[in-house]
Amino acid sequence: MSDTDMKVIKTSDLDLAFREEIMKEHGAEKLSMCFNCTGCTAGCTMAEHEPNYNIRQLLRMANLGMREELLNHPYLWNCTTCYKCQERCPQGVHNVDILLKIRTMAVHSGIMLDKHRKVAQLMANTGHAVPINDDNKEKRKKLGMGELPETVHKYPDALEEVHKIVRITGFDKLTEAQS
Amino acid sequence: MSELSFFLGCIAPNRYPGIEKATKIVMEELGVHLKELKGASCCPAPGVFRSFDKITWLALASRNVVLSEEMGVDLLTVCNGCFGSLVDANNQLKEDQDLRAEVNKILAEVGHEFKGTIRVRHIMEYLYDDVGVEKVKESIKYPVDLKIAVHYGCHLIKPSKERHLGSIENPTFFDELVEATGATSVMYKDKNACCGAGGGVRTSSLETALKLARAKIEHAQAAGVDCIVDACPFCHLQMDVGQTEIEKKFGDVFNMPIVHYSQLLGLGMGYTPQELGIDMNYVKNDEFIAKIEKIGGGN
Ligand code: SF4
Ligand code: SF4
Repeated sequence: MSDTDMKVIKTSDLDLAFREEIMKEHGAEKLSMCFNCTGCTAGCTMAEHEPNYNIRQLLRMANLGMREELLNHPYLWNCTTCYKCQERCPQGVHNVDILLKIRTMAVHSGIMLDKHRKVAQLMANTGHAVPINDDNKEKRKKLGMGELPETVHKYPDALEEVHKIVRITGFDKLTEAQS
Repeated sequence: MSELSFFLGCIAPNRYPGIEKATKIVMEELGVHLKELKGASCCPAPGVFRSFDKITWLALASRNVVLSEEMGVDLLTVCNGCFGSLVDANNQLKEDQDLRAEVNKILAEVGHEFKGTIRVRHIMEYLYDDVGVEKVKESIKYPVDLKIAVHYGCHLIKPSKERHLGSIENPTFFDELVEATGATSVMYKDKNACCGAGGGVRTSSLETALKLARAKIEHAQAAGVDCIVDACPFCHLQMDVGQTEIEKKFGDVFNMPIVHYSQLLGLGMGYTPQELGIDMNYVKNDEFIAKIEKIGGGN
């Protein structure tokens, strides 16, 4: 959706509790202070390369209470979290932290990209988002290093701690692949 | 000799072991002993895992911090992403008692407790603040005569509410440390722009992520540099492996060497590109390797 796509928004469809829910998060209190100046979007490196991505618009939708549209928004996951816009916001709105909170709400409503599920499961299983492979075991040996780094890769008890933590928090279930 | 624990993260040990090795070498030369942080995991990455579930992110990140607390030393990372996660988690748990109690309940199940007794350090700010530019300069035996595009990356300096590293728009500390090796830091367009990898974008939309990396490398090349120097294995992977992907998707060939600051420092201290794993990059540039082989007094 770009700024120029016009769509009628019915106030009866809006969910104002959504905004309150976001603002409860520590650091997200200033959401309602966004005065829609577009300073964030104007300097956004992602927007330069993907003009459909517009953080100002996402925050506007949050303020209006457009829960469903926002949680399912096709560009919700385009922010690289470079934090340039948060540093520049004249209102001191922690816009990136707010966006991360909205992403969390999406994931907890069962809306998650398949590729993100995969990397989450990889981390939950191996303790690394990017685990070792044969090629790099070779590189390590060639450099005179141990084949495995001194991480969870080498210490099964430590990996068990990671497994236990993701079970307790429910992260393993939350990010499970969907049939 | 000062001591720190060395938090490896994922990409340095598992994709660019040369960065891990170079870091140990150069810190030892500077009188800083790095102790293994045994059993550490993924930081976990700030943009993605924190987005998925904040408490899981905090529990895993604080477990890594706690391992260092238990050793009684501050923790060192060579990755902007790990720094982002660990600094933010450490600060949040130091400040928010309710959050700390919630996380400690989970950590207790695996025999740990977050006490808030250590600092999380990134190699660049540690070198700048604690070791000092002068000492780095003195450690250089062979001035590195290269033109360099410095890539600060994002989470080293932002969000600034959790860090205090001077100007966000025009930082200078990284450039000063690069010039301490004898190299020249060259200004290039959009120098502080993001590499495009973070926030789960490289995972979910590779092509879009690569557009940001391509712009970055294009601008560095236009400024006539020999290489890009970063302080983050994830930026490193995005710009190095990224070039092979950019070639496939868009057809552009840059052959731009990507070097981590630890490796650059190692060159100036007299180590070879092979000892530092610089030749293990996915983009092969023999001309560059031949050029930097001469730095250590070789022919
Ligand atoms: S978040 Fe800040 S910079 Fe962005 S539109 Fe709102 S007030 Fe402006
Ligand atoms: S943090 Fe996200 S929205 Fe803000 S400038 Fe960076 S990519 Fe754009």
